[in-house]
Amino acid sequence: MTFAFAFLAYLLLTAGSGTSLIYWSIPEFVAGVFFSLAVAAVTRNFLCRSRNFRMLNPVRWFYFIIYGFGPFFIAMAKANLDVAYRVITGRIRPGIVKIDPGLKTDFGLTFLANSITLTPGTLSVDVDEDHNYLYVHWIRVKEGEEKKEFADTKLVCGSFPEWARRVAD
Amino acid sequence: MWVDYLIYVFLGIGLTFNGLGAVGLLRFPDVYTRLHAATKTTTFGSIFTSLGVITFGIAQLYLTGNVPEDLPLITHTIIAVACLILTNPVSAHAVARAAHRSGVRPVKAVVDKLAEVRKK
Repeated sequence: MTFAFAFLAYLLLTAGSGTSLIYWSIPEFVAGVFFSLAVAAVTRNFLCRSRNFRMLNPVRWFYFIIYGFGPFFIAMAKANLDVAYRVITGRIRPGIVKIDPGLKTDFGLTFLANSITLTPGTLSVDVDEDHNYLYVHWIRVKEGEEKKEFADTKLVCGSFPEWARRVAD
Repeated sequence: MWVDYLIYVFLGIGLTFNGLGAVGLLRFPDVYTRLHAATKTTTFGSIFTSLGVITFGIAQLYLTGNVPEDLPLITHTIIAVACLILTNPVSAHAVARAAHRSGVRPVKAVVDKLAEVRKK
């Protein structure tokens, strides 16, 4: 597994080095095999140890690409304009709220937390590992949301949890 | 050529957001809100400046067909953007979590659920 990923990364980095094998030259290709084997041998005990191969499902990758260019990018652009507006006017109402995304796996939660943090206006501060709750710093807490135990997930991060479930859970 | 104007538009958007990030770093009151401005808007801006570079690379590849020079430019920029997107939220989260653990409270916050949990 590690060998395959390392080799793929090496091929991407050296694309365009020659023309004998489409875009690669033969010495680069051989060196790539050699270095990938070395890396795989060294990191054998640390990387890619999970016996759970659900992330190799192409449907998840397809969803991931759709998600990255569709809803995620739109949400990010909107939130960027919103934060730009707040930078100029200084009208902020910050607070740390708790959300319950309802995800089961660690990877799904990581995916969601990274999506939340990458969207301006929300920043995941901490995680409750027992219940999979996320604590999110929100730059503009809506009126009334601060009184609830769990903030409305739709208001905090839109449709991200559903996508995280489709891609990673 | 029209591709040049497209590149200028990308660079303009990217630099605008990067500049706003710097302004936000100065204007916002505490570490959390500053993280919003400093990490997220700059990521968005950097994506757009990199998009300008990618557009330039594709245009050069199309015009000159010089594969050994232009293909690495495109792939390396795409990899740089991917690494930026992967590492940026992690570092922002690490800074925020460390700040909260060491007792920095959000200024002007209307609610702080995490501090309520910590007290118990």
